Amino acid sequence: MGVVAEASLRSRVLERLRAIRPPPVIIADEEGLRPFETDAFIQHRATPMLAVLPESEDQVRAVVIACRDLGLPVVSRGAGTGISGGAIPHPEGVLLVVSKMKRVISIDALARTAKVEPGVRNLQVSELAAPHGLFYAPDPSSQSICSIGGNVAENAGGVHCLKYGLTTHNILAVRAIDGDGDAIEAGGPALDAAGFDVLALLTGSEGNLGVITQVTVKLLALPERVETVLAVFPTVRDAAEAVSEIIGAGIIPAALEMMDRIVIEACEKFLAMGFPAGAEALLLAEVDGGNEETLAELAAVREVLARCGATQVRVAADDVERERLWKSRKGAFPALATMLPDYYAMDGTIPRRCLPDVLDRVYALAAEYGMVIANVFHAGDGNIHPCIFYDSNKPGELERAEELGGRILEICVEVGGTITGEHGVGIEKLRQMCVQFRPGELGAFHDVKRAFDPDGILNPGKAVPTLKRCSEWGGTHVRGGKIPRPEIPRF
Amino acid sequence: MADAFIASLCERIKDHAARKAPLRIRGGGTKDFYGAAREGETLDVSPYSGIVAYEPKELVVTVRAGTPLSELEAELASQRQMLAFEPPHFGAGATIGGTVACAFSGPRRPYAGSLRDFVLGTRIVNGKGEDLSFGGRVIKNVAGYDVSRLMAGALGTLGVITEISFKVLPRPASEATLVFDLEEEPATRQVNLWAGQPLPLSATAWQDGQLRVRLSGAPTAIAAAKAKMGGQEIDAADYWNALREQRLPFFAQPGVLWRLSLPQTAPRVETPKAQLVEWGGGLRWTPGPVNTLDLRSSVERLGGHATIFRGGDGADVFHPLRPALAKIHKRLKVAFDPAGILNPGRMYEF
Repeated sequence: MGVVAEASLRSRVLERLRAIRPPPVIIADEEGLRPFETDAFIQHRATPMLAVLPESEDQVRAVVIACRDLGLPVVSRGAGTGISGGAIPHPEGVLLVVSKMKRVISIDALARTAKVEPGVRNLQVSELAAPHGLFYAPDPSSQSICSIGGNVAENAGGVHCLKYGLTTHNILAVRAIDGDGDAIEAGGPALDAAGFDVLALLTGSEGNLGVITQVTVKLLALPERVETVLAVFPTVRDAAEAVSEIIGAGIIPAALEMMDRIVIEACEKFLAMGFPAGAEALLLAEVDGGNEETLAELAAVREVLARCGATQVRVAADDVERERLWKSRKGAFPALATMLPDYYAMDGTIPRRCLPDVLDRVYALAAEYGMVIANVFHAGDGNIHPCIFYDSNKPGELERAEELGGRILEICVEVGGTITGEHGVGIEKLRQMCVQFRPGELGAFHDVKRAFDPDGILNPGKAVPTLKRCSEWGGTHVRGGKIPRPEIPRF
Repeated sequence: MADAFIASLCERIKDHAARKAPLRIRGGGTKDFYGAAREGETLDVSPYSGIVAYEPKELVVTVRAGTPLSELEAELASQRQMLAFEPPHFGAGATIGGTVACAFSGPRRPYAGSLRDFVLGTRIVNGKGEDLSFGGRVIKNVAGYDVSRLMAGALGTLGVITEISFKVLPRPASEATLVFDLEEEPATRQVNLWAGQPLPLSATAWQDGQLRVRLSGAPTAIAAAKAKMGGQEIDAADYWNALREQRLPFFAQPGVLWRLSLPQTAPRVETPKAQLVEWGGGLRWTPGPVNTLDLRSSVERLGGHATIFRGGDGADVFHPLRPALAKIHKRLKVAFDPAGILNPGRMYEF
């Protein structure tokens, strides 16, 4: 776009947005726009033409209609904690920031629901529900700052998904403004709604199908008892076997996390956890629920861990100790980050039986690239988070880390898994979408988008790649473990 | 065989699309009663049968659409697992494909999740004759729009479902049923209060001043819950099955059967005949005749929707959609089935 044309379009947009009654906050100066340049996918950034901070659904609607009329992209953003770049602004578009829409509309303790605006923080919902003995189950690691609108847009997960599900399992209704500027209500306060499952489509659509303006979430009974166990294993295979045996014993733990030897070494070095020498894998299991059920499950888990060759098993006696055991999962990364300043967290999901083999291949790739990869998994559901450590001050390291990450994701697809278990595609994994899906499925995704957003103004260029880009990238589909022409470097 | 079936299915749909000749998708034929118009040449999916992959320790099963529901359930039971949404069969020949197309869930639904909650992936042939796979065989997957869940409850109008992957769950170690003498509103209130506590509820049903509550879990957990909740324990294994399959005398009444889906805590909706209330108040059955418009407006005011579950035949079987949502439905239908040949009119007029 020419400079003159851009300036004139900008002034027309401003005129339209300033005419909205009551007027929303508009940020148009470079300084003010700077904080919105990126989300938590910090490797990439862009400055939007403008940012608008609406306070009501009516204002959101007016903004979307104005953008539709002028043919401008609209990118919606909540707290900006997404790590796949879904909320990175469009340089020629409007960034719609919903952080001012943070009213808790209602909490109904008897119905066990909360109706909230999109800017309400995830953890805040659980905090408000706690006096009623209730909580909101999805708990992404950013839960103290991330907001519900973004959680719905990304179908956020967390460490308790095996038992409690993702966002899609924990919401009843969403109101959203589609690309025509119409308000649609998907789902409802009942357990099901008439018609197609539009709620499922909106959940995880990464801002492509609608701007979320209101969410009704389900609240669950707080567990009466929580038991946390940490077990140390001599091999990853043993730990993976223990996971299978726990599930085979009919137990669905609330959390089942696995950490590899890089994480163990960091724990030893910085947290002095006192693990036995030669430990290759840690398994952190948490069972919760009613008192009796939890005790029965704890006994069964301990039995399985002992049978599967754990060399050390610790059961948290109280909350302080529970916190300490969780440190092996959560504290290792800050520790590792003191050695190497940056890390890039991947997010594939694989069939759990493939875990030991996939891990071997990840280590081989790490050696090939000369980079450190620490591995944590949501082992119960096969969601792996290899973290690639790099130093962005060294030229080319980021690009190499990204390339390495892409290869790990392709392994996930090859073994029958997926390129993203909970982080979303955003701009980060567009390329791998071409590997996971064939042109037919990608075409269907574009058709779905057109049903909600015929002019393609909502978060264009994210989440689903165009077929043209896939062919430019040489995207090829991997089926049954056979990569066509494996001799060709993929990037 | 499998590839040949899909290939011929694609060809047949392409041919029908070119001629704009409707197809009536059918599995075991046990849900013919459900939905509106059923026109077109029959497309029988039942030959495409069998479990493709079952990994009990992954909690994942992939199954062809024509597989009898009873066969799938037996296989899961052999590994002490189950479809946690407890789907009704409504006949011996029920297939898993038809179950997904109708999105039918049974008594366990409010406490374990609905059918669509357990769908991990679907393979479909759309109205253009394209063989497409969405979702996958892993429990966590957010790549691409959630088209696999969209197929649940679309009554085949967006695509012929050919394969489905589900998350499965362990069967509970034990179950017990408690009965309480309570009128409808106090009963509904009580079950919702219980649902807000860590109690092992797995089903509720209220009828004629009696509330039945099923508990599932470790024997010690059930014993503790019984002590907390009171009531009288009864042997009711057959009851829950008869409820799920609608074989209780209540369902034998003549005329149409209305299904009211309401917020669990919604007040009583007045109907000419008595109601049977499931799902902690979220699902209420009543025989007709009723004034359709009046019933629908009172149900809608409470946030619910009303379906003529059995005996309906016109375009008014399903609750009308609001204009913005209807617009999205029509566009989705055109996107997946541009020639309008897949079960046209079975759900709405498109």
